[in-house]
Amino acid sequence: MFRYANPAVFMRLSGALLPWISGAAAILLAMGLWMGFRVPPDYQQGMTVTIMFVHVPAAIVAEVAYGAIAVASLFSLVWRHPLADTAARAAAPLGAVFTALGLVTGSLWGRPMWGAYWVWDARLTSFLLLLFLYLGYMALWNAIEDETRAARAAAILALVGAVNLPIIKFSVDWWNTLHQGESIVSGQIARVFMWPLAFMAFGYMALFAALWMVRIRTEIVNRRARSLIQRAG
Amino acid sequence: MSGPFISLVMRDLKLASRSGGSAALALAFFALVATLVPLGVGANLNLLARIAGGVLWVGAVLAALLSLDRLYQGDFDDGSLDLIALSPLSLEQVALAKLLAHWFSTGLPLTLLSPLLALLFGLPGPGTWALFVSLLIGTPAVSAVGAIGASLTLSLKRGGLILPLIILPLLAPAVIFGAGAVTAALDHLSNGALGLLSAFAAAAVLLSPFAAAACVRLNLAG
Repeated sequence: MFRYANPAVFMRLSGALLPWISGAAAILLAMGLWMGFRVPPDYQQGMTVTIMFVHVPAAIVAEVAYGAIAVASLFSLVWRHPLADTAARAAAPLGAVFTALGLVTGSLWGRPMWGAYWVWDARLTSFLLLLFLYLGYMALWNAIEDETRAARAAAILALVGAVNLPIIKFSVDWWNTLHQGESIVSGQIARVFMWPLAFMAFGYMALFAALWMVRIRTEIVNRRARSLIQRAG
Repeated sequence: MSGPFISLVMRDLKLASRSGGSAALALAFFALVATLVPLGVGANLNLLARIAGGVLWVGAVLAALLSLDRLYQGDFDDGSLDLIALSPLSLEQVALAKLLAHWFSTGLPLTLLSPLLALLFGLPGPGTWALFVSLLIGTPAVSAVGAIGASLTLSLKRGGLILPLIILPLLAPAVIFGAGAVTAALDHLSNGALGLLSAFAAAAVLLSPFAAAACVRLNLAG
């Protein structure tokens, strides 16, 4: 982990990996979409079942991204890993966008299925709260001018959020649930739907990884440029 | 530790209760929110009794939020926080003392006022009792989570604007369990909300001083 803390090493490694990950994302998403359009209609949901292929992966990535921020924040607080702050900050807008995507696709599915764009269902509500957590985290980063101080404050907030997130999920579940239960791990999902979903899920993951890398690289280059300008001025 | 700890709590309570302190303002805010809601949704007492738990809980959380900037901001601005940090108390103990003082000056008065507001909402006896107990148990959690937010936004010129965005999502469980306890009491059910609320409050009060102390430390270091 710490070998890659050196920005130069990270730049070299991520530069080599990036084309492959981006390519994988493009191929996986293309395959997943193609297969997704060819599935038979579900006996209950009809063709709206295809919304699942863009909805579920977005929701998974939204949660993975928060996990990534929390782990990066732990590394930054405990071991002062120099790239962890950059990584955590870079992941936040991506996570927020995937959360929003999950909410939008979910409500588009909900209109024909539940009869309303928005219902106060447990999972929808906890995702809405997750979106607010992302927004608060990003706002804190932007509000504190001093960069190291902002990084540490944001890291503390991310960890507090990570501790609280399971409690929020539990409390909202306790409060109300309408969303169908999990069907992927328990194997209740039909094969025809499983394959495109798997391709899309891995495609989304690869897309997130690629975008995350690009954002970290951009930040490193920006930092370099700033220090060059400072030295010249 | 008890001497400096208690004197710090007493000092914060004094600052909260004298002029410029916001303890009374938070109470007035709470009462005003409770007055505006019936004006908005209509005077139907059945409806008001139904929503009283949720409305009063949300109002109490917002009222407590109003007075959070007092927790550290004033001491940070005039430099007393540096002196407090030099005292024999650890910053974690300081955070706990400030949390206690904030609850005594905000959470507790809000709780004591709540039966009166419940009366205005036509909440029946068991509901009022559930509201009172749930606020008594839950407001320490509000102060505890709020203390983390207040210490995070300590060095910000306009921390007051960003504070709600950070704090309110984290307080969702308190509102859910607190208002849930009132609804359950109205329906003569027992849904374990008070137990869950107690667990949440205990965890929040226990962990908050550590997070808040870490934030204070990083803000004093600069």
